[in-house]
Amino acid sequence: MTRPAPTILVVDDNPDFLEQMKLQLEAGGFVALAAESAAQARELVASAEFDLAICDLMMEHADSGFGLAHAIKRKDPRIPVIMVTAVASEAGIAIDAASKGERAWAGADVILDKPVRYEQLVREINRLLKLGA
Amino acid sequence: MDNLKVLVVDDEPGIRLGITRVLQPFLVRVPESEIDVGFSIAQAESGEEAIAHLRAQPVDILLLDHKLPGISGLDVLEWVAAEPRDWLTVMITAYATIETAVSATKRGAFDFLAKPFTPEELKATVAKTARHLLLQREAKRLADEKRQVRFQLISVLAHELKAPLAAVEGYLQLLRDGVVAPGSPKAAEVLGRSLERIEGMRKLIVDILDLTRIESGQKKRELVEVDVREAAFRAIETATPAARSRQVTIELSAPERLGMRADPGELDIMFNNLVSNAVKYNRDGGRVEVRLADLGDRVRIEVADTGIGMSPEELKQLFGEFVRIKNAKTRTIQGSGLGLSILKKLAALYGGDVSVESTPDVGSTFTVTLQKQ
Repeated sequence: MTRPAPTILVVDDNPDFLEQMKLQLEAGGFVALAAESAAQARELVASAEFDLAICDLMMEHADSGFGLAHAIKRKDPRIPVIMVTAVASEAGIAIDAASKGERAWAGADVILDKPVRYEQLVREINRLLKLGA
Repeated sequence: MDNLKVLVVDDEPGIRLGITRVLQPFLVRVPESEIDVGFSIAQAESGEEAIAHLRAQPVDILLLDHKLPGISGLDVLEWVAAEPRDWLTVMITAYATIETAVSATKRGAFDFLAKPFTPEELKATVAKTARHLLLQREAKRLADEKRQVRFQLISVLAHELKAPLAAVEGYLQLLRDGVVAPGSPKAAEVLGRSLERIEGMRKLIVDILDLTRIESGQKKRELVEVDVREAAFRAIETATPAARSRQVTIELSAPERLGMRADPGELDIMFNNLVSNAVKYNRDGGRVEVRLADLGDRVRIEVADTGIGMSPEELKQLFGEFVRIKNAKTRTIQGSGLGLSILKKLAALYGGDVSVESTPDVGSTFTVTLQKQ
């Protein structure tokens, strides 16, 4: 039995990071929906179906990653959200990725620090979507 | 400005009183300014008392008698020299011999007053000492400020280079790991994007070099008679490929001839900045007008675009270093954020200025006026 390729929404306002993530995911057998801004992502959240979302925490408005994560959870609380962030190094805010409470506060199932290692990301995707062995 | 604090150390009450009376109403003109500085006088009758006073509160100028009842003036001088302060000491001595002079200078005295001295001699010596002190402090302040600016520049520069470097690194890794197949159209796109980032970094570095050369005055200026129109032609030619790819037209209106004395390199930097900005921040299919005018002793350069324009708030921050107006309309436009501050600094070298008028979504007009010299 073959399952359809999972669709992943990727949101990042850094066009290079977004493009690289998209290429990686496509090479890994996923379908990637890319959005360059929280606004574009919201349109996709409203109009498209996807299995998992990867959001950058800091976009043009400081908290738009948070807002977006909550919008996704409102649409379907079962859609896992991976929050990618450089906050600790750039804004001096640290979110304790190991703390369930802080993850819930951020609206994320997993929080990863930038730069993200692709193998780690795929591991998290597989785990959250209960894919693979 | 605050008064300079003077401590008079002498065991003769008459000398202390005399010095106090002369210096209390005395004013010294601060070097290179319109400000006068006065003096507040404190007194000590022995070396021990002087050191106790200096420990409690720092002074600016120390008038120190050589011959004191307890520890000598030279001992006090030695103590003073060991303190990490910028105060200056004038030795007062009845025996103005070469030996005492040499000995005191070695210990860090700035100047001498030989007893007996006239009020005029006292004033002249104190004025010289005060000016030296103020100049020294001003020089230190400027050096600190420069160090601060340099540090800021380095940290912003590092930050600005980090993102494109990470981007290029990421693209190359995709190629190396075969995520993007070599030779594929995707690979060509990835290489194209990498080259774009590298070009951005190169431009940033060129801008930084221009800026630091202008600021340090190291840039060799070659002032020759130039035709301003030629610099405009060159800049338009340089910007044409970028303009064409977005169907932006560039027009030039200029008098028959427009001569001035200028460094052709500087003129090129100014025009390139103006014209490339007018293209970059334009809309597709927009228009750029470069208008040159002869104002007699000055040259006026106007570059108008039909682009995204700026709000009054954005205009206010426009000329700062590394300021890039960030909004939804500019987020895909590349730039170092240094172009306009370079432009402004160069214009200032020609006794000129840069001004801008702008309306959001209608366009901006930058006006530069330069003295022909």
